[in-house]
Amino acid sequence: MASLATLDDAAADAIMAVLAGVPDPEIPVVSVVDLGIVRGVRANPAAVLLTPTYTGCPATLAIEASVRIALDLAGFDAVPIETVLSPPWSTDWISDEGRRRLLDYGIAPPPKGEGSRSLRGEDLVACPRCASTDTVEVSRFGSTPCKALWRCRGCLEPFDRFKCH
Amino acid sequence: MTDRASLFDYLLRLGDDSLILGQRLTEWCGHAPALEIDLSLANLGLDLIGQATLLLNLAGEVEAKGRDGDKLAFHRDVLQFRNCLLVEQPNGDFAQTIARQFLFSTFQLAQFEALTGSSDPRIAEITAKAVKEVRYHAELAADWVVRLGDGTDESRSRMIDGLDWFWRFVGELFEMDAIETALVAEGVAVDRAALRAGFDARVEAVLARASLPSPVYPRGIKGGRVGHHSEHLGHLLAQMQYLPRAYPDAVW
Repeated sequence: MASLATLDDAAADAIMAVLAGVPDPEIPVVSVVDLGIVRGVRANPAAVLLTPTYTGCPATLAIEASVRIALDLAGFDAVPIETVLSPPWSTDWISDEGRRRLLDYGIAPPPKGEGSRSLRGEDLVACPRCASTDTVEVSRFGSTPCKALWRCRGCLEPFDRFKCH
Repeated sequence: MTDRASLFDYLLRLGDDSLILGQRLTEWCGHAPALEIDLSLANLGLDLIGQATLLLNLAGEVEAKGRDGDKLAFHRDVLQFRNCLLVEQPNGDFAQTIARQFLFSTFQLAQFEALTGSSDPRIAEITAKAVKEVRYHAELAADWVVRLGDGTDESRSRMIDGLDWFWRFVGELFEMDAIETALVAEGVAVDRAALRAGFDARVEAVLARASLPSPVYPRGIKGGRVGHHSEHLGHLLAQMQYLPRAYPDAVW
């Protein structure tokens, strides 16, 4: 394979297509691209730019490892991975496709921007199962740093909510 | 031109605060009163250890003697730690842990908010990332102060005792010295003393919501920033550092 110190548009597109197939280790229905963890592909000098969701997210290393493996298998083993902190990751970077997949999976996606607030200024959270907004937060911290635990008073089921961040 | 040794020391102060409190919180894992708060405290600890990783890695870069965050966390002894005394104190009962968390997170939120404007872009970047998490910590701890303070007679008296105990370590959080004064002049650090009024107002507002009295002000204790720690830090380090010291080349 030719030197990959720099990338042309076709190579960058090919890399993004590879990354779109890399699942998040904790929520495998969404890819690392859908979650906004991949910040992009830099052409010169070539690099894949990743950003952590939470500073202490234990999946960060697993994500980097799975991205590395996917790149290697696709022949991009010479392209390095760089971690960028700024601008800090935000749930606004989760794609519409990613939001739809989270909902199908039973995780209430985070609101985009300042949308969907009740009169009291709080987020209205729809139950991913029955769509009722008669829901209540059980615990601000759930099974992973990025999720909170909620309960639906309509269908009485508990559910995870992706925290707005 | 920022003095390298001063910046290194400042980053240790920031990073060690997060590291030591993160380590303390992990002691609750599996022991908290309910599953939800058990998860919460573990997540807080995780966030704090994440901050420590970034800050101590940067400290190692600044020092330029080949030490990274792990080396600094696991291969320094008590006298080289620069954390405040508040974070190294034992967890005590649940109300004491909440009192400590409330005081620390309220302080850290103000500190990190200010540091997002640091003239050192690396510090600005790390704190801009972490401040979003710390906002959650401060809210969570404040909610629990209200819940315990406004709860049963038992929870209320324990909350009062917890705040009274930890209040003696608050003064140190806002203590300035020559190192930080010089860094403030360059826009790198934040003037801790200037954060005190906002902190007091916030604490007072939460205590009012919890119908709790203001803590009686005991004589403050300090010394952590220059390595004069309580006996408790050594015990914590013995546990935290045992594995990497016994097996220096161990990797996952």
